[in-house]
Amino acid sequence: MTMRIDLPEETIAGVLAKAFGNRSFLIGLAITLLVVAVALLSFVWTPYDVTKLVIADKTQAPSWAHWFGTDHFGRDILSMIMVGARNSIAVALVAVGIGMGIGVPLGAFAAARGGLADEALMRVNDLVFAFPALLSAIMITAIFGPGAVNAIIAIGIFNIPVFARVTRAGALAIWPREFILAARAAGKGLTRITVEHILPNIATLLLVQGTIQFALGILAEAGLSYVGLGAQPPMPSWGRMLFDAQTRMVTAPWMAIFPGMAIVITVLGLNLLGDGIADILDPKSRRRR
Amino acid sequence: MKLWKTILAAAVLSLAAATSAFAARTDLTLGIVLEPPHLDPTAGAAAAIGEITYANVFEGLTRIDEKGQVQPALAESWTVSDDGKVYAFKLHSGVKFHDGSAFSADDVKFSLDRARAKDSLNPQKPLFAHITDVATVDPATVKVTLDGPQGNFLDDMGQVAAVIVGKGSADGNKDKPIGTGPFKLDHWAKGSEITLVKNPDYWGTPAALDKATFRIVPDAAAAVPALLSGDIQAFANMPAQDALSQVQSDPRFSVVIGSTEGETILSINNKKPPFDKLAVRQALASAIDRSAIIDAASNGLGKPIGSHFSPGDAGYVDLTGVYPHDIDKAKQYLKEAGLENGFSATIKLPPVPYARDGGQVIQSQLKDIGVNLQIIPVEWAEWLSQVFTNKDYDLTIVSHVEPNDIDIYSRPGYYFQYDNPKFNDLIKELDTTVDKDKRLELLGEAQKILAHDVPAVYLFELPKIGVWDAKLQGMWTNWPIEADDLTKVKWSE
Amino acid sequence: MTAYLLKRIIIAALTLVLASMVVFAVMEILPGDPARLMLGMNASADQIEVLRNQMGLNAPLVLRYLHWAAGLLSLDFGRSYTYSVPVVDLVRERIAVSLPLALIALALSTIIAIPVGVFSASRQGRAGDTLAMGAAQLGVAVPNFWFALMLIYLFAVWLHLVPAGGFPGWSAGIWAALKSLLLPAVALALPQAAILARVARSALIEVLNEDYIRTARAKGLPYRAVLWRHALRNAMIPVLTILGLQFAFLLAGTIIIENVFYLPGLGRLIFQAITQRDLIVVESIVMLLVTAVILINLLVDFSYAIVDPRLRAIPGKVRSGFPSGIAPKQILRAVQRFRETRNRSRGRQ
Repeated sequence: MTMRIDLPEETIAGVLAKAFGNRSFLIGLAITLLVVAVALLSFVWTPYDVTKLVIADKTQAPSWAHWFGTDHFGRDILSMIMVGARNSIAVALVAVGIGMGIGVPLGAFAAARGGLADEALMRVNDLVFAFPALLSAIMITAIFGPGAVNAIIAIGIFNIPVFARVTRAGALAIWPREFILAARAAGKGLTRITVEHILPNIATLLLVQGTIQFALGILAEAGLSYVGLGAQPPMPSWGRMLFDAQTRMVTAPWMAIFPGMAIVITVLGLNLLGDGIADILDPKSRRRR
Repeated sequence: MKLWKTILAAAVLSLAAATSAFAARTDLTLGIVLEPPHLDPTAGAAAAIGEITYANVFEGLTRIDEKGQVQPALAESWTVSDDGKVYAFKLHSGVKFHDGSAFSADDVKFSLDRARAKDSLNPQKPLFAHITDVATVDPATVKVTLDGPQGNFLDDMGQVAAVIVGKGSADGNKDKPIGTGPFKLDHWAKGSEITLVKNPDYWGTPAALDKATFRIVPDAAAAVPALLSGDIQAFANMPAQDALSQVQSDPRFSVVIGSTEGETILSINNKKPPFDKLAVRQALASAIDRSAIIDAASNGLGKPIGSHFSPGDAGYVDLTGVYPHDIDKAKQYLKEAGLENGFSATIKLPPVPYARDGGQVIQSQLKDIGVNLQIIPVEWAEWLSQVFTNKDYDLTIVSHVEPNDIDIYSRPGYYFQYDNPKFNDLIKELDTTVDKDKRLELLGEAQKILAHDVPAVYLFELPKIGVWDAKLQGMWTNWPIEADDLTKVKWSE
Repeated sequence: MTAYLLKRIIIAALTLVLASMVVFAVMEILPGDPARLMLGMNASADQIEVLRNQMGLNAPLVLRYLHWAAGLLSLDFGRSYTYSVPVVDLVRERIAVSLPLALIALALSTIIAIPVGVFSASRQGRAGDTLAMGAAQLGVAVPNFWFALMLIYLFAVWLHLVPAGGFPGWSAGIWAALKSLLLPAVALALPQAAILARVARSALIEVLNEDYIRTARAKGLPYRAVLWRHALRNAMIPVLTILGLQFAFLLAGTIIIENVFYLPGLGRLIFQAITQRDLIVVESIVMLLVTAVILINLLVDFSYAIVDPRLRAIPGKVRSGFPSGIAPKQILRAVQRFRETRNRSRGRQ
């Protein structure tokens, strides 16, 4: 999300006041916290043990004993969704971390140095963007084998150019500013200016982009797991649950309905949160939305 | 709910307006799960090739019937020399290939020589390994010489990869299969369907069907609706999953559960510690609960097996009780092996539901005796190179679908890495034994050795879930070989 | 400007060459031997060696790359390992499914998104707007393959109205073929429509704030007329730009959907080809898709240059000083927004 950057001129209290008046932000935050809470809860308690297969209870429809029904191994779907939240959050979080950790320094470097370094970075970006993301992720997992770690790497790699691009665009907008010129005149080096002045000023931008990529990461993980390339059993994963459900749509539709809803709600929450943050911290973006 | 359904149905009715009317009942549309890569059974291992072409498009000297018995095909009769080494096949006359060229002894010689040649790419090359010479006596007689008596030779010549191809057309068979069978290829819409039509010049009893379409339907989600709507009238083996009950209760359909030659087993790398210890293998066998695996991986339909032998075949011995499910016993075996605290291992699972689902159940069952399995899913390409060729594995699940393949445990370098001189001698004796009763006795003994020695844990025989229109007759119940022989299939009306 | 265009073309060509090397290298390190796979469990090592020679897999790496690249240039993609037919024929058959699917999805998405966008923009901030944009938010969050499963359940399993999957082929009649493309197209279109509706709304709102719209309104033209005749027409520029760009992604985005519905399209072919190690098919299709993406990006760059020769294609530098007139600003914003939406839609392909 490329947007105009302005120095935060508001006080923390002002921002907070705005936050509590922003519907997107509040709903998004509530949903996100709920998902995180459920994921954390699953470490200490789930209604049933998801590692225990109870073949005798397989594909039971939703009931009081199993609110969301059971899967083809007799596992409780509600419990699996709770544990699956862990996997989704972890994969998306680490993937965003990879993207930021590598993409932001690259983008900032390109903006600071310009010239050949910039050009080279942009060309590599072009190259990565030329490949449809899912296709590349499928090939990466085909080489290294399916699994949660490789899914993280595949998704993370595609976050790198996104963050590099956003950082570079944001930084380029800051560099010509007067206070940067003043800093240069004071003899500060490129690295120091980047760390002390540029990055703090594009933090908002990165936060918003991070939220979007986080939501995308969850969708991407679900997509990869759905084609069998993400998390592997016995680790429950939302996409994996949909994969198992696909061939049982006729007899056990609940196996597909509930994990899918978990994905939708989580992504919706994150998107609302991202929009809300953008609104609160960057008033100019409000008009565009 | 009901009202909603009506409203929705009405709202979208226009979509369904153009449902096709049923064609005359000499048509048949069958569903198959996997699309064959090509249609030349002498050049590819994919089972789908044989499923479509065997007996329909291509014929061999002999053929295997529904009961697994050898019947004459292109050879109307044969004689065997007293030493069991020379087979003289008398061929049918007036047989023509689909391209109009005449079939003769030359084509038989060509086909067999091609299959056993040094640069042959025949997927079942061992079938031809004992042939030392193929000679044409006259256009209707072929003499095949072997290096020794072969108990299974006529059976071998009826296998999918032993079909006779035309001298002039063999190279094009992948895309345009030219055989001698009662059906010929009409068209192949890649990715969706393969249509065969009746061969008007067929030498034998003509087929009752004029047209047979094999439509690719990979799973239950698509299969059940297609069957209910009448788009597809038969599945020789339906990817039914849990949906079978829905079809079973519908009087319009016949549901026929048969057996295949697919022994589904937990293969063990017998040379890799700790699996080189008998007690460890015995522990695995005792810890595994077959019935739970069959419920989860085969919808409760597979028949349990205790050795590497199909319950449908002559000579079968029920050995499922050798190592009954017993956790305490299993732990005791582990203790015997000095592994009372359990151990960790990997299990590589190919991309088939029985393996992927069965693997999860086995993982959960072995956890009870302290054996931690890490599941590694692999594609077939990786399975073949890592597991089968390089023997880089601990455990794997796979179905061995070749008929009469108990001898694989005696093959040097086979991926089980199992080497038991007693068993090897037994198989050697079996190979050269022609007498039927003696063969059955030897087979029984071989089964017992495997059941006790556990070179693999025997799980279940892959079922054949036949589902077709109740008015359809002549479909095979069992799969002694994986083939959808349509030569006797007809509509009862 | 010519120099600029030339530079873009050279860059695009360079990207293509690099991409081809990456694709080829990836295929090299893919584990599993295609020859082994074709011959199955009973093949001997000798047999596999023979087949590898036949397939040309034993030639030196560089030679094979050059041979392949030269083939690509002359549109000769080689022969599929598994199907043993020319890859060009395979691709042609499959595009006949994927392209119509993507086109129908695009049309559906437009038909849904534009009215919703107009509706929302004209009721900015009111209940209708909130509701529509809320729905759009929801649409963006729905994974298209899950939506596809739900559609299958509703229309195929429950109501038996359309086939649950498979494709009868165009030879079975246009209606039958279209019928089996309908659900997949809806599944693909909905999340795209949600994105597009959001873009259309904001583009319209922006246009409505322009001076000439205010002038038109001041002249006494009714709001409705201004909205539909003037504003929408101008707001269509960014919307159309994005539509064009989304198209390439829709083509690639069919991979999962085609697998859900068992449609014999490009996406399913490439998925099968990867598991069957039909390397030559994988290479060809990936290159095809990559080329499509690069070409479309090039077109966008061209449109940039045409409207404003001073621009050098990065949103970050775009700050002020546009020439007067409506087009440049809008296209730029469109492209900017496209980059956003593209980032958004990346995960869903």
